[in-house]
Amino acid sequence: MAKIYSSASPKNGNLKPKDETVSFLLNYSKALSVINYNKLKFEALLN
Amino acid sequence: MKKELIQDAELVSNYIKGDESALSILIGRHKQKIYSFIYSKVYDRDITEDVFQDTFIKVIRTLKLGKYNEEGKFLPWVMRIAHNLVIDHFRKNSRMPKFDNAGEFSIFSVLSDSSLNAEKSMIKDQVECDVRRVIEELPEDQKKVLMMRIYQDMSFKEISERTGVSINTALGRMRYALINMRKVIEQNNIVLTN
Repeated sequence: MAKIYSSASPKNGNLKPKDETVSFLLNYSKALSVINYNKLKFEALLN
Repeated sequence: MKKELIQDAELVSNYIKGDESALSILIGRHKQKIYSFIYSKVYDRDITEDVFQDTFIKVIRTLKLGKYNEEGKFLPWVMRIAHNLVIDHFRKNSRMPKFDNAGEFSIFSVLSDSSLNAEKSMIKDQVECDVRRVIEELPEDQKKVLMMRIYQDMSFKEISERTGVSINTALGRMRYALINMRKVIEQNNIVLTN
């Protein structure tokens, strides 16, 4: 029998980020606004 | 169903124009691939979660600042960011090694004997002695710069003032000193490790 040298990869059914992480990112995106002023860009987090 | 048909590039451009829902579709579409990619490197759920979050924070900031250069490759770009952040994570960790707290607490995980044992200290003396002998082989000007830089911890500016040559010359001499030392070490098969 052929020997398998590679180790089995961990079988994790749900390799997905948590819902909180995704919702944090969406909220972060909504809150982040970029203000343009005279070729300068300012970031503002408006929560 | 219709949403799936919209290309990434179009979603990105909609998002840049202010359509927040486009980001949600993009994240939904690629989250599993990106998350699995990060997990395959770090093997830790919490760290994966952190890196994933940082990746998209970077993506969001870049897109909002208008720095994204669309070449029709959204996913590879995000993967590259994730890859770089994974590297950052490992770099940070090697600078700040943490002790494993999972099992019972072991005092030896935080205490270590930093002093050298007899054998190591002999090897260290030997190595230092060899290095000194190699330095002695160098031409005088290179030796001077190297001694000032390494043993007297002087900056190149100070060295250039002291020796009366330009900084570039001092840098060049240092460079040649190191090259020559490597040559001597190689030619004589000197082992300088402990």
